[in-house]
Order: sequence, then C-alpha cells, then structure tokens
Amino acid sequence: MLATAVIMFREVLEAALIIAIVLGASRGIAGRGKWIAAGVGLGLLGASIVAILANAASSEFSGYGQAILNAVILLGAVAMLTWHNVWMSAHGRQLSAEVKAVGLDVRSGQRPLAALLLITLVAVMREGSEAVLFFWAIATSGEQSLNMVIGGLGGVVGGMLVGLLLYIGLLRIPVRHFFSVTSWLILFLASGLAAQAAGFLNQVGLLPDLGNGVWNTSAILSQNSLAGQLLHILVGYIARPSGIEIVFYTGTFLTILILMRIFGNLQGRRINAGGNPA
Amino acid sequence: MLDRIFFACFAAGIFFISVSAFAADPLMLSIRGSRFEPELLAVPAGVKLKLVIRNPGNLPVEFESTDLSREVIVRGQGETEIYIGPLDPGNYRFFNDFNRDMQGTIVAKPASNKEN
Repeated sequence: MLATAVIMFREVLEAALIIAIVLGASRGIAGRGKWIAAGVGLGLLGASIVAILANAASSEFSGYGQAILNAVILLGAVAMLTWHNVWMSAHGRQLSAEVKAVGLDVRSGQRPLAALLLITLVAVMREGSEAVLFFWAIATSGEQSLNMVIGGLGGVVGGMLVGLLLYIGLLRIPVRHFFSVTSWLILFLASGLAAQAAGFLNQVGLLPDLGNGVWNTSAILSQNSLAGQLLHILVGYIARPSGIEIVFYTGTFLTILILMRIFGNLQGRRINAGGNPA
Repeated sequence: MLDRIFFACFAAGIFFISVSAFAADPLMLSIRGSRFEPELLAVPAGVKLKLVIRNPGNLPVEFESTDLSREVIVRGQGETEIYIGPLDPGNYRFFNDFNRDMQGTIVAKPASNKEN
C-alpha cells in the first residue's frame, strides 16, 4: 500500500508542480481558473487514451511511439511556456500594477489563456498516462488491489498537496517581485522539459547523444532522491546529462531569455509599477 | 579507441552521428517475477546498441535509468526496444519506476577486452 502511494506520488508530482507554477504565473489573469481546470480535465482524458494505447496488444505503440509522443508533448509544453513568458514580459508590469491596485481578476487585453490550458493539458497527460496505466494494472490485479488503490489515491492526494504548498509559497512573494520570480521559474522549467524531450528522441535513435554522461554529480545529489527529483522537475536537474540534453537545455534557456528581452524586459518589474498608473 | 574519437568530435563541437559502429545483435533484458534478468548486463563501450526489454508478466514495467536518461513503459506480456550508447566505460544503473526494488546495472567495458 505504501509502495503504491509512493509510486503514484512521484507520478503526480511533476504535473502538480507545473500546475502550481502556471497558476502562480497567471495570477491576475481573468478566467484562468476555468481554462486551467479544463486543461486538467482534457489532460486526464488524454492520459487515459494514451494508457489504453500503451496497453493495447499492437506493438505500434511500443518504445518508438511512446518516445515520440513524449517528446512531442514535452516540446509542446516548452512552446506554450515560451509563449506565456514572452507575453508576461510584455504585459507583466501592467498586470502586476493592476494586481496590486485591485486584487485579482483584472482584464488585460489579449491573454495567453489557450497557453495556460495547453500547458496544463500536456503536464497532466504526460505523467498522467503513466499513473493511469499503473493504477489500472494494480486495480485489476486482484487480491491486494483494494489496499493498493487506497494507497495510490493517497499518493495522488500527497502529490497535489505538494503542488498546493508550492502555490501558497509563491503567493507569499511580494507582488513587486512576483512575476519576475514566476518568469524565472518557467524559464528553468521549460529548459528542463526541452532536455527531457531530447532524451526521448535520443532513446529511439533520432538524435545523437553527443557524449553520454558529460559530467556526473550523482554522488553529490542523486537524481533518484526526493530533492534530486524535485530539482529535476523544477529546474531540469540531470545528474549525468548527455551532450544533447545540455544543448537542448541551454538552447531553450537562451532562446526564451532573448525573446523575453525583445518583447519586454525581465527587470521591468523591479521598477515600482505604482509610478506608472496609465 | 572509438569512444576517444567520438569524444574528440564532441569536443570539437562537430555534429556527429555514430552510425558506423552498430552492434548487430540486440541486447536482451527480461523481467522474471520481480527481478530483471540479467541484473548485470555487460555491454561493449563506444558502440550504439539496441536493447530489447521483454516483460512476460501481467503488470506493466517502467524501465528507467537516470544514468542513461532512459524511460520507457513495457506493458504486461509485451516487449519494447530502445537504443543506448555509445557509452563510456562504466556502470549505469537502471530500475523499474513502478517498483524501485527492481534494479540492475549495465556495465560498459572497453571493446578490446569484452569477454564476459
């Protein structure tokens, strides 16, 4: 039962943390709750479809299909996170001023609501498909299944609680710095997801690895420890990265950063927004 | 030798796909009960390899290795294949993410003395 809880906790954690960051980063955008909830719902639906496909007898969906799907999903998330960050760097200062002045739910021109939905959708779909597959297998395995289902549900709740904690923690950041903190979080998050996508494409031989284990920090912080796993999700920590993962990570990081500088500026939010009410 | 050449190319920043060194026979990894078989898998270093993972059991298995950045689900009574390498000599651990007590190690040895 405990083992099942731990497995489900790990599977849910990534999606929960991503949603927490997205919820934080979209603070003050009217209607975000509905769009994010829709993303979770559609993500669960997608996850179930993927799980059914993965469990189907046809081998079309074996290693190759899985890896391609994962890579596409991850790169889709990277694109949406980029869009969100670039939009925020253009509108964040205004948004932060309005959040400060009137609290939440302001209207603010063209909003990246579709991006919010898609980010949530892919976050839930990716880890969710594994969770659904595993959960389905234990639920139908007989004997111990009730215990295991209860444990699994406990794990799901646990993962969601950690996401909630992160969200509450984010909200405690002063509004002045808030959007610059969430922008940085998303920047690291997106870079990490891009590196994961590179790993999947390399796994099926579509990309060269450009050297395996360019460095190895497993002895300092194992990627399998809880801290290592949290950092893996949040900033893309890889203890033993391949060359291609490093290329994707830095490439994504720099691309988003440059786009953000072009469409606004990251430091803009440090200037006290109160002085610029119009 | 090959891995040294490969590393030199990488260091020079040359985009380089190593298709020349490709082992003909895929490596086999099976799941027997709640263990990997074999748990110690010796492979030649510096060669790109195909690894076939066979799962005759009923529960799905998620073959994962943070050392290799590999992650793939093998459904119950199914099999799947992935590529690994070319690897530097050394140990690379892997595990079943759906049951982390199930573990194993891939040992990459320099091609010159791959006796196993």
